[in-house]
Amino acid sequence: MNKGKKRKRDIDISIKEYTVIRFAGDSGDGIQLVGNQFANATAISGNVLSTLPDYPAEIRAPQGSIGGVSGFQIAFGDDKVMNPGNKADFLVVMNPAALKVNLKYLDKGSVIIANSGNFTEENLKKAGYTSNPLEDGSLSNYRVISVDVNSLVEETLSESPLTKAEKLKTKNFFMLGLLYWMFDLPVDITAQWIDKKFAKKPEIAEANKKVLYAGYNYAENTEIFDAKYKIEKGNLEPGIYHNITGNEAVCYALITASRKLKRKCYYGSYPITPASEILHTFSKLASKNVVVFQAEDEIAAICSSIGASFAGCLSATGTSGPGLSLKTEALGLAVISELPLVVIDVQRGGPSTGLPTKTEQSDLFISLFGRHGDCPVVVLAAFSPSDCFYTVYEAARIAVKYMTPVIVLTSAYIAQGSQPLRIPREEELKDFEITNLPLPHEFKPYLRDEKTLSRPWAYPPLKGYQHRIGGLEKLHIEGNISYDPENHQIMTNLRREKIKRVSLEIPPTEIYGDRKSDILILGWGSTYGAIKSAIIESIKENIAVNGVVLKYLNPLPPDLGDILSKYKKIYVVEENDGQMAFVLRANYKNANIISKTKVCGQPYTKEEILKIIQSEK
Amino acid sequence: MTKLTPADFSSNLPIKWCPGCGNYAIITAVKRVMAELEIEHEKYVVVSGIGCSSRFPYYVNVYGYHTIHGRAIAVATGVKLSNPELMVFVVTGDGDALSIGGNHLIHGIRRNIGLKVLMFNNRIYALTKGQASPTTLFGAKTKTTPQGNFDYPFNPVSLAINLGAPFVARSIDSDINLTSSVIFEAAKNEGFAFVEILQKCVVFTDKEFDVFKNIDTKDDFVVRIENNKPMIFGKNKNKAIVLKGFTPVVVEFDPSNPPSDLTIYDSSNIHMASIISSLMPPEFPLPVGILYKINKKSYEKIFYENVGEDTGSIESILKDNSYEIK
Repeated sequence: MNKGKKRKRDIDISIKEYTVIRFAGDSGDGIQLVGNQFANATAISGNVLSTLPDYPAEIRAPQGSIGGVSGFQIAFGDDKVMNPGNKADFLVVMNPAALKVNLKYLDKGSVIIANSGNFTEENLKKAGYTSNPLEDGSLSNYRVISVDVNSLVEETLSESPLTKAEKLKTKNFFMLGLLYWMFDLPVDITAQWIDKKFAKKPEIAEANKKVLYAGYNYAENTEIFDAKYKIEKGNLEPGIYHNITGNEAVCYALITASRKLKRKCYYGSYPITPASEILHTFSKLASKNVVVFQAEDEIAAICSSIGASFAGCLSATGTSGPGLSLKTEALGLAVISELPLVVIDVQRGGPSTGLPTKTEQSDLFISLFGRHGDCPVVVLAAFSPSDCFYTVYEAARIAVKYMTPVIVLTSAYIAQGSQPLRIPREEELKDFEITNLPLPHEFKPYLRDEKTLSRPWAYPPLKGYQHRIGGLEKLHIEGNISYDPENHQIMTNLRREKIKRVSLEIPPTEIYGDRKSDILILGWGSTYGAIKSAIIESIKENIAVNGVVLKYLNPLPPDLGDILSKYKKIYVVEENDGQMAFVLRANYKNANIISKTKVCGQPYTKEEILKIIQSEK
Repeated sequence: MTKLTPADFSSNLPIKWCPGCGNYAIITAVKRVMAELEIEHEKYVVVSGIGCSSRFPYYVNVYGYHTIHGRAIAVATGVKLSNPELMVFVVTGDGDALSIGGNHLIHGIRRNIGLKVLMFNNRIYALTKGQASPTTLFGAKTKTTPQGNFDYPFNPVSLAINLGAPFVARSIDSDINLTSSVIFEAAKNEGFAFVEILQKCVVFTDKEFDVFKNIDTKDDFVVRIENNKPMIFGKNKNKAIVLKGFTPVVVEFDPSNPPSDLTIYDSSNIHMASIISSLMPPEFPLPVGILYKINKKSYEKIFYENVGEDTGSIESILKDNSYEIK
């Protein structure tokens, strides 16, 4: 084994604007943990970053098997980083199956760092290799760095009281140490994290730390590591940052919104992939002011949230596609009751159980139309993990101001991916506006604010405001049951008009690409990163193209019609079978909408958007 | 606080139940309880689902929410959990609570959320005009069971007791005193309370409960269950239910000289409650009254006892995992 010699040596240092690393290994190898630690280290170093986990639907697929490969991708660097990237520049593999599955994410010339200790005959066979790719020349188009991490770890821990299996479990930290050296990232942060994480098991903590530093030192002292990479930092606004997943951001936004509103926060939910982390995050933070409820089913989850809203809380529920289907009847109740409610839908591949861990944008139709009766709700879509915070905060604000349910569409891609969020101070955030509550003797449940058309939010036990609401049609102003035909027309008009007025909240639509063009790339929600970075890259290559990414899906931005009328061709890019294209064609009859779709469970990449743009040249 | 009267709970809306409907008697009993409980008027909330019974909130002038079919318990759970100081009644029917809302009922009981569930059992889907419900008796003819019902019915109180509800009672619409006394006790008991009230539907099940009401038959067909008392019934108080081991039997005796070894009902004994609540005519009289009553900490109480005072701002939550960019 090459132990390396301590001597000064020439190390080539390359400077890169940004880079993409993909970690892959067995689902038991701690890949997500290593990925997250690496992400934190880059964040602390001032890089802009974006991450994406990619793990199998099964909890523990057979060890070493293709089906059990877990992945984690991170892009980090300067401000051009807007999503986790497509192809990786570095692939870190812990076993042969991980290499087999992930080689397709590498361009030729990229770097593979492999734990050769796991390339045993048995593991090679499980991955379907007949010979060892690290040795047979089949990877000659890549730069391969093989390190027998297993032996190095055993050697490092030769005096540790841990069992062999326990020792081998630390190998991911060895790899992490190597990478920290390669990318000139701080090791100590992870060491501190290990101390905290394993506070109750000091011997495990000690071993992990020892191995982490051993990995770092091994790279420092071994000739096979002859290149270091300096990755540019981002131009980040000064402030306190936290590396946040979209799902975590949803939770923090709702808690922040409830504090701003000075009401209790209520989150009722039912476990479903990939939305469960919202519930997990909430559960850890439950308090007298943050009520968290794991319901018996999706229906009970939304119904309990509606009940909490009736009782005056800032209330929300979260789910993914199949759960949204189950919640639709109750959403209708929230619409006719005119109660504020935030509904988070973390979109995944559908229909039915579909692709539970894979991303899609195919719940647009159900969000806009998926209820019986004329039943409009506000629909917003979040752009990125950190934008989930702002979009959900905005959803809560609109829900309260207009006394309406608001659906927020995120997706598996941004819900699980992470990004640094500058934590806003509460005073920086927009204030909540609540419809004026008249004096008790003047109060009527469906008396409306002239501007917003929203009704007052009176709730038990406010004295003097006792009233009844429900799912039957309400008499205009009075709120009693009414079967009167004209009243139903009035109420239908009011419900429609109220949602229309939410367009007053929508800022002017931002158009990416400063040079005028006849071509518009239009997307919505989580394709933001791919579209914006493709537009920026096109501009660099002197190709004139514009881009728009929609956040407000119902109502649509009031300026959108004007914008669309200025383009000869509008490519609507979305991860479904053409739902937004359908909506835009229905709303803007003269717009030349060209639908571009992708439904592979994978997000649109910058390269794919560039291809659409280049097809126009 | 000022003393409230039943009239303080009347809403100004015209009641639209059929003339003669059992619900009129039940609403009288509920208003009486609301006046007696010494709870501020604005702390009452009535949540209902769908069905004739579920129109109830419109007819009492407290905070009320008429929700959707089967979901009253789910909505009410959010009300109660978000503000435990509210007195939350759920008014539901046999179809609403046991069929479409069955999941919420069993889980509401399992977690012991502090709702007072009043289930009006008329053994029929009345609002939808006469289909068999989960309590329609086996063999009964309805619009959907012209050959006679093929389905076995639930015994609602037996279901609730065996699921672990800490308070379970049964009453009959015509007995306003019994209805109000069991609802009063339900409201006073911590946690989930389940009260089944047999309720006649004048259109579809008009004669359904006559044997429990007619002067000639009621004493032989109903047994009033009371804690620490023998289960005596019969026109001449000459019969009692006794337990021989796990087997309930009816014994007859000379009322002037009742046997000394009659089984004494213990409403805190789950095994006894489980056996007695399962009894049905014609083999046995129908048990009414408080069938089961224990102390059991409610879900909301456990929740608030186990969570922190305040979550705080996200700045403070994330303090340890944040970093500063200058």
